[in-house]
Amino acid sequence: MRNFIAIPLLGLAVIVQSAILGQFPLLSGTADVVLVVLAAWALQESVTTSLHWALLAAVMVSLVSSLPWVIYVVGYVSVVVLALLLQRRVWQVPMLAMFIVTFAGTVLLHALTYVYLSFSAGRVALSDALGLVTLPSVLLNMLIAIPVFGFMRDVSNWVYPTAEAA
Amino acid sequence: MKNQFSRTIQTTITFLITAGVLVLAFGGYLRSASGAVTGGLVSVQYWFASRTQAIQQFLAAPGDLIALRTRNAELEAQVSQLQTQVIDLQQRANETEILAALVDFSRASPESSYKAASVIGRDPSPFLHYIIIDSGSNDGIQRGMPVVTNEGLAGRIDAVISDAARVQLITDPASSVNVTLRNAATDALAVGSVTGDIELQQISQDVSVEQGDIILTSGLGGGFPADLIVGQVVNVRKLPAELFQQATVQPAVDFSRLQIVLVITNFRAINTVPLVPTAIP
Repeated sequence: MRNFIAIPLLGLAVIVQSAILGQFPLLSGTADVVLVVLAAWALQESVTTSLHWALLAAVMVSLVSSLPWVIYVVGYVSVVVLALLLQRRVWQVPMLAMFIVTFAGTVLLHALTYVYLSFSAGRVALSDALGLVTLPSVLLNMLIAIPVFGFMRDVSNWVYPTAEAA
Repeated sequence: MKNQFSRTIQTTITFLITAGVLVLAFGGYLRSASGAVTGGLVSVQYWFASRTQAIQQFLAAPGDLIALRTRNAELEAQVSQLQTQVIDLQQRANETEILAALVDFSRASPESSYKAASVIGRDPSPFLHYIIIDSGSNDGIQRGMPVVTNEGLAGRIDAVISDAARVQLITDPASSVNVTLRNAATDALAVGSVTGDIELQQISQDVSVEQGDIILTSGLGGGFPADLIVGQVVNVRKLPAELFQQATVQPAVDFSRLQIVLVITNFRAINTVPLVPTAIP
């Protein structure tokens, strides 16, 4: 039942992303709090619903964004899959895994967006996309990764209480 | 008899001394002596009074402290309430200022009818330049309607739901607007980019484009009404080897500070796609 926290939490993340974070760009890049939330959630040990969260987040963001929903579905599911793979391999250093997933996930989502724009809008300068959008976005996502990871760890402890805590 | 005589003398002497002292006092000759005496008395009086007040304060302090703390809390609450009011009033003043400018703009173009809307969000993707406004189909907003501010053209409605709409800004990489350069009297195409810059394309090489030239919508293609301000030329790139020259445009609208926009509701965008000739197999 507590898994339903995904709906208000991801909804809040989408609103924060659209209404607040979009107004504070670094060069032309902005933080993607939804992606970071998904990465942090998937890296929690006890979590088993990260793929559901990714699909739900993709649907919610697609309602606001003009990008096709496929891009968000593929991007967010890829982020979660990468997080699950890394969680099994570098489980001793979750923050390192968090940074790797945030970096790779941001680059992957931006690469998908770039490919889509190259076909739909025509000319998109790769140097501009990389230097002015993707790299600043990666930096901003890295900055918010630490507090978001701590918050999502608390959420996972609440959703999946351990025997000791119970 | 003798006893009575001596008493009279004593009385006389006492009277004379008293009278002498009074005369000296009224004459101002005893000022230094009286000053020394009263100064000592005042010092003693002050010492007693200050100690008494200190003891009184010590005894009454707990009650005063509680009262002061209560009063302080009340004042702090009042201050925070007033600060909230100040922020609210500043926001209202700011909105009023923007609305006044928009009303002036709409009065200057009375042939169009407008619907004001607040900007409530932006596209989550940093590659795209879209805003979300708080008016939708319930307010008569339809896809393709132009969106302006008092400064100039902002974009056009891209998608509509009942209470909100998404606006594609002219800085979006997929946006292209047919424009005309007022001074050069030539048409061009203003296209956006991922960085939010606007570029003028398809300007003929034999046209003289100067920095500062005003760019207006041309109305060609039926996507936007004519004569809306788009911006002005800030940089021209003219290479002899290329077919067209290019120019960078400074948009008239400050897209980073968009708060309220106007949707032109009596303009219907024309879909020219069916008119584009296709190859017959």
